[in-house]
Amino acid sequence: MRWLLPHPLVSLGLLVLWLLLNRTYAPGPALVGIIVALMGGWALALLDPGRPRLRRLDVVLKLTLHVLLDIAKSNLAVARNILERKSDRRAGFLRIQLELREPQALAVLACIVTATPGSAWVEFDPEDGQLLLHVLDVGEEADWVRLIKERYEQPLMEIFA
Amino acid sequence: MIEMTAELPWIAAVPVALLLLIGAGLTLVGSFGLLRLRSFYERVHAPTLGTSYGMGCTLLASMIFFSVLQGRFVIHEIVIGFLILVTTPVTLMLLARASLHRDRLEKNEQVPPPR
Repeated sequence: MRWLLPHPLVSLGLLVLWLLLNRTYAPGPALVGIIVALMGGWALALLDPGRPRLRRLDVVLKLTLHVLLDIAKSNLAVARNILERKSDRRAGFLRIQLELREPQALAVLACIVTATPGSAWVEFDPEDGQLLLHVLDVGEEADWVRLIKERYEQPLMEIFA
Repeated sequence: MIEMTAELPWIAAVPVALLLLIGAGLTLVGSFGLLRLRSFYERVHAPTLGTSYGMGCTLLASMIFFSVLQGRFVIHEIVIGFLILVTTPVTLMLLARASLHRDRLEKNEQVPPPR
């Protein structure tokens, strides 16, 4: 089974994606979808990105909820920043020391940070784990460190442990 | 299209209209930020309004609109949302890093030095 379906979840996801995009369950497109899904799994196996184990589905849900809330909040904050031209706004770079080393977890963290308006992932040094962020409104620097480390990094380490 | 929308019950039409307005409004504010913000690094943040909830609200409106009109679940918008979510960080990071690289080469004092 392993040679046929090296990454069963990825293949299943590709098949669902294919059917959603074609908006049909007819056997013809489904057959093509199965071929695409199988080949996608093989291609990923050849690339060999490692096999992350996702644990703690409850933490995944909690993190997703937190991220959705935070994105909503920062949407409003950035919109206000653009429209009001606050005088005490200070944009700048921040360095944060990360413990996280798992490439997949770092990718998720990068998506979270970038998807959140007002913070952008600029540079990460995989050797000493220093992350360089650019933030639209720094405010209190410790708040950002706490946000990234406690609200995002901690759950990610539990999920990808 | 216009006759189709007339068939939409108000219970669906109101949230669809609100979501579209919020989504379009956020995207507009984000685009306005591109004009208004001063430095390149600040401007990087502006379009993320459009790619986060600007996109989310518009896609949700589309899902409700077509699901109600066609009487079945139309959810392939999720795929659009997912693809935007995973591809924007790549572009943003490329732009920010290219700009940082040039600023460092030009010995710009505003950016942090390489470690």
